[in-house]
Amino acid sequence: MLCDVCKCNDATVFLTQILEGKMQKVNLCDACSKEKGVQDPTGFALADLLLGIGAAEEIEKGATTQKCPVCGYTQADFKKTGRLGCSSCYQTFLEGLNTLLKAMHKGTEHVGKLPQHAHRNMELSDRMKSLAADLEKAVAESAASLRDQIKQLEHEMAAS
Amino acid sequence: MKFANVMSTAGEWLRGEGPHHQIVISSRVRLARNLRNRAFPGWGKKPARIEVLELIRPRVEELPEMQDSFSEVLQDLSALEKQVLVERHLISREHAAKGVGSAVVMNRRQTLSIMINEEDHLRMQSIRSGLQLKQAFKLVDKIDSALEGKLEFAYDNKLGYLTACPTNVGTGMRASAMLHLPGLVLSELINQVIQAVSKIGLAVRGLYGEGTEAMGNLFQISNQTTLGEKEEEIIARLSKVIETIIEKEHDARQVLIQKRSNTLWDQIGRAYGVLTYAHAMSSKEALNLLSIMKLGVDLGAFPEDRRLPIDELFIDTQPAHLQKSSQRKLNAEERDHLRAQIIRERLKVFPKPDISKLVRESGNGAATSPSNDE
Repeated sequence: MLCDVCKCNDATVFLTQILEGKMQKVNLCDACSKEKGVQDPTGFALADLLLGIGAAEEIEKGATTQKCPVCGYTQADFKKTGRLGCSSCYQTFLEGLNTLLKAMHKGTEHVGKLPQHAHRNMELSDRMKSLAADLEKAVAESAASLRDQIKQLEHEMAAS
Repeated sequence: MKFANVMSTAGEWLRGEGPHHQIVISSRVRLARNLRNRAFPGWGKKPARIEVLELIRPRVEELPEMQDSFSEVLQDLSALEKQVLVERHLISREHAAKGVGSAVVMNRRQTLSIMINEEDHLRMQSIRSGLQLKQAFKLVDKIDSALEGKLEFAYDNKLGYLTACPTNVGTGMRASAMLHLPGLVLSELINQVIQAVSKIGLAVRGLYGEGTEAMGNLFQISNQTTLGEKEEEIIARLSKVIETIIEKEHDARQVLIQKRSNTLWDQIGRAYGVLTYAHAMSSKEALNLLSIMKLGVDLGAFPEDRRLPIDELFIDTQPAHLQKSSQRKLNAEERDHLRAQIIRERLKVFPKPDISKLVRESGNGAATSPSNDE
């Protein structure tokens, strides 16, 4: 059985808690149990404590029938192996993964290297955004100027 | 390049010329990459894996860094040959278990190795001697940039590089260094160090990575997280921690020399005695004793020019290397005999440990030191 936190190592620490008549189980590998400092887990919602709020539910309904449209991978497959089927699975299972990634990593967004094509796309999208902003500004300015001219003409008409 | 050539030349990183090479055996950086919208190797069926392999392999082989490379599909390597590559850290244990649809490509100097269809479509790794994580990263980064022009990598604006295991998503980078820490082990401070290191999000592992035992006082330390931090930041953080561990190891050795010199001489003398005269030796015992011999070189008990033979024995006495050099498969007992024999032969020309330098440094003079008639 794989560790619920890292999904990579075999679980060696098995925690069970009964809370309000509901049983919660969390399986951890040696490293993750040490890292999380699991010694006396009484009085906490175990899964929430370890994997982030809402994770307990996530684990319970882990075996939903959601399927990756590209490779056919299911959430049950993920629970079994701790690996994903293809790059599209990240989109398919994003909701459940977010909780996991949050518990696993330093942050939730990539800040490192960008591949060239992503870099180019980002530059283009930045330029498009700035052009769109310019356009909006130009439209607003000319509208204001047209409004001023209309007002001016209205004044002139009223005065005559 | 043929496998025989791989066998006959030791990897460049083994020559031990990098910074802090007494304590840092090697630095490694690997990047995980995948092709967009294709099943990861663990999920893809055989034809899909072969298709990916055929897309990637020629692109890797034509890299200028891979001229005269060793390139082989895994099913064409014998179990023994795969194990030799594992013992040299050129492929992972997981990769050695693969067959049709997987390959390895590495350069002649054995400083760059690329696994195709391991857990991810591409695992690119650079190894260097001593503490050189930055340089190791520079090389794989260059290879990655060259390949991304020809292959479309799975990348998400928010999550970065997408990998089979969510623990690698983001940078897809694992940077690690192999440290030799006999001083911290002998002074029983190693667990403290391991605990401190794991608290700051770094992992400490044994000789062959995940789930392996620490033998020969060798420890691998690596980053555990890959998302939310830049590659350069991860490497800088890791390097800093390693530098602190190096300092602690030096301190521990000094304290041993000052306060427990007899224990230290005893250990070095015993290691020398057993290695020189034993006729059967397991690979674990060999590693542990060779570790003490290495410490002996570091402390001046053996001349500096004896360093390389000891370092080479670390690799040459590993099970697959033994069998490959003897050209036949050996059972455990035969291996233990052959291992002891090889070590005895290499140590024949080895001088006895000279502890006079240690005696001087410990400052307690000849009164408490064992007689030394060298």
